[in-house]
Amino acid sequence: MAFLEIKNFQKFFDKNTVLHDISFSIEKGEVLAIIGSSGSGKTTLLRCMNFLTLPDSGKMYVNGEKILDAETTGHLSEGELRESRLHFGLVFQQFNLFPQYTVLGNLLLAPNLYLKEVVAKLPKEERSRRLTEGTAELESKANALLTRVGLSNRAGAYPCELSGGQKQRVAIARALMMSPDILCFDEPTSALDPELTGEVLSVIRGLKSSDSTMVVVTHEMEFARNVADKVIFMANGIIEEMGTPEEIFNHPKSGLLKAFLSKALD
Amino acid sequence: MSFWEVTQELFRGFGVTLELFILTLVLALPLGLLFALGSRSRLRPLRFLVRGFVYIIRGTPLMLQLLVVTLGPGILFGTQHALTRWKCFNGNANLAYFCGALLAFVINYACYFSEIYRGGIDNIPKGQWEAGQVLGMKKSQIFFRIILLQVVKSILAPISNETVTLVKDTSLARTVSVVEVIYAADRITGHYALIWPLFYTGAFYLVFNFLVTWCFTTAEKRLSRFRLE
Repeated sequence: MAFLEIKNFQKFFDKNTVLHDISFSIEKGEVLAIIGSSGSGKTTLLRCMNFLTLPDSGKMYVNGEKILDAETTGHLSEGELRESRLHFGLVFQQFNLFPQYTVLGNLLLAPNLYLKEVVAKLPKEERSRRLTEGTAELESKANALLTRVGLSNRAGAYPCELSGGQKQRVAIARALMMSPDILCFDEPTSALDPELTGEVLSVIRGLKSSDSTMVVVTHEMEFARNVADKVIFMANGIIEEMGTPEEIFNHPKSGLLKAFLSKALD
Repeated sequence: MSFWEVTQELFRGFGVTLELFILTLVLALPLGLLFALGSRSRLRPLRFLVRGFVYIIRGTPLMLQLLVVTLGPGILFGTQHALTRWKCFNGNANLAYFCGALLAFVINYACYFSEIYRGGIDNIPKGQWEAGQVLGMKKSQIFFRIILLQVVKSILAPISNETVTLVKDTSLARTVSVVEVIYAADRITGHYALIWPLFYTGAFYLVFNFLVTWCFTTAEKRLSRFRLE
């Protein structure tokens, strides 16, 4: 079984079909790029995978475990939903850093809260030791991740003191703090000035070499062609074409894809 | 009456003003947040109830609310149940009227604060909630750890405005026999035929509002270390 498998996702907003019977799968360590014009359903698909909206029908499996079933997910408690959600990380187009926390604070906020909950379930005599250990581990993990995205010298800075590219790199490190199985990117460079996209894309490229499984919604065709193992072209809520970058970019079959590429690569 | 004696008397009155002010603020700020959450609740009946209540309180004069709270019990249950006769006040009329006034002030200001909070919460980008959600945080954690401080920063100016107004509004309590600073001055005027103590109370308000404003400016400076997205 594939590492991530999505079966028959459907999503309606009012009477409009935003996602129409979406199914695909990827293997561990693969990078999937999702391309397509705006309004094609790419972002909705990503939001469904991250439980920010729920699909009206369909199922999702990670590593063989069913983590989403549209029939039942609506009835899950907040706690159960969180556990499923933590299989995924999401990097937003607009970064969404927490402005009142420093860079390091942004990285540590969620994992520290999670640690406290885990520790609270342990027997009393172990709690304080595990909390100290866990906190120290998280801090060294955060520092390692900041080094990895090239921002170890900005740990104490506030988001308003960073450039767009730096913010997005912090957002990537923050998502990695929760060790997601699959890291998703929603047009990670679309809100950036052109000269800043390079630094973000090279961080994502670096993650690929460390075997992370990633799903990237992007308008950067060069990036999709060079980094992705698999490309999905979406149009009007369906997967219009799916294949290797070679197939999608060099031998497109569908008319819509050909039209899209000739515009995008202009 | 000498200037010194008048000053002492007014300070006694201003003590009551301060008590009313501080207690109102301390109680109305959290209550307002509760109202704001209620008016944004997903439960329709709760939402309508809270919004309707806020609408009524904001749409009627504080003076009227003061009268309703202090005179209402007597009318509703007959005079033997008038506010002052309630057991908890032990016949202490001053305490009874003070508590009545305090209740009216807290409810009134909580409603105003709730609208300010509501605007502030609505103005925080949805992305902040979503970023917390995808990191596995609970709704309550997101609200208290991420959203609230941003809301506080964004509503500091209107809250400061309301607070300065509250300092002055406390003078309305004299209509229900609470001896705050203006009432204290009025008594002197009555007894000794002196007009100037009444005007003198203005100095108390001015000095105190200077302090209030200073507190808010300091808070604003401390929160300026970050900028809202």
